[in-house]
Amino acid sequence: MKTDDLINMLSMNVEPVDRGQLRRSLGLAVALGAGGALVAALLTLGVRPDLHEPGALAFLGLKLAFSAGVVLMASLLLTRLARPGGERRTRPVLALLPFAAIVLLAGLSLAYAPSTHWEAMIVGDMWLECLVSIPIIAIVPFAVIVWTVHRFAAPTDLARTGAFAGLAAGGVSAMGYALHCMDDSLPFIALWYGGTIILCTVAGALLGPRLLRW
Amino acid sequence: MIANEAELRALMTAGLNGDAAAHRALLDRLSRHLRAYYKNKLARIGRSADEAEDLVQDALMAIHTRRHTYDPGELFTPWVHAIARYKLIDHLRHTKTSMTDVPIEDAADFEAQDDHAGAESALDLNRLLARLPEKMRRAIRHVKIDGLSVAETAARCGMSESAVKVSVHRGLKAMAAAIARGRTT
Repeated sequence: MKTDDLINMLSMNVEPVDRGQLRRSLGLAVALGAGGALVAALLTLGVRPDLHEPGALAFLGLKLAFSAGVVLMASLLLTRLARPGGERRTRPVLALLPFAAIVLLAGLSLAYAPSTHWEAMIVGDMWLECLVSIPIIAIVPFAVIVWTVHRFAAPTDLARTGAFAGLAAGGVSAMGYALHCMDDSLPFIALWYGGTIILCTVAGALLGPRLLRW
Repeated sequence: MIANEAELRALMTAGLNGDAAAHRALLDRLSRHLRAYYKNKLARIGRSADEAEDLVQDALMAIHTRRHTYDPGELFTPWVHAIARYKLIDHLRHTKTSMTDVPIEDAADFEAQDDHAGAESALDLNRLLARLPEKMRRAIRHVKIDGLSVAETAARCGMSESAVKVSVHRGLKAMAAAIARGRTT
């Protein structure tokens, strides 16, 4: 095929391009992923039964705030990375802000608690359930986000883009899991929520180059 | 150099607004830059220049089908350079060559080069089209090759105008994917 023929074909009957499409479709993907994670968590795990207690409600709010913060940062960075050359204009360090905040709060709460309580605060009751549930619930949002990026975006750093897709998916998954989780301590959130979300991020970075190629 | 960025960016913006002549001029200009860029890079790592034209066409397809990812508020040359470089690294990675030799060079490097010789790839347009579903193939033939309007094509194929547009769009994306895959196998 002659390159001139290709150019003729591509420039024949050119339609105006919708410039908001990328941002819109990524936003929709994260929202759909969040919806899917909520439904999955509600159907398989159910809402925690003690929601009428103010303490439980406060901790649910805290867990949601942390996970939503992660999702927000991940989505912002993902929107940048979705454009060619975007990796040169992103500061991945921003994504650490929610983690830094929760680790700081966890450290403070440990400092004010007697050391005999530390183990219970860190390990909690359901750490294994948390460790398993968040990555599993994250699969569907991850698939939705990756599919959308592959179809509508043009990332040129696939590992990093995959990582932030994983981060966003881990974040929405943690939001879903938080509805069920009854381990109410800051160190637990920092370690098990933070840890599993990072696990999702690493998985995304490893899968990115394979799944996002275009 | 700066004039070049401004010129290319103006063509890109006009093309995004549906100006076919500007879009053609842009792709023509870019094809020369891309050719020089790929020939140069392939030669530097001791690879045959034959692969260059496949890469040029792959990159042009990518630039066209993903042009909505250009943010008009940003510089244009780094955007196009990122695509060119991505396609080169992808090509080298999937044809088993070390890619340590592709330096992150200046986008200016890319603008400075121009080449318009031997502009034919090993790809076959008819074979690419033949692999598309019937609907997409007809839509692309009418609209993008024979130059019929969307309305005429819609009447001729018994489809709605928006269905024709979607078929053209999806068909081009499928062709871009086939070119990207075919290049590395």
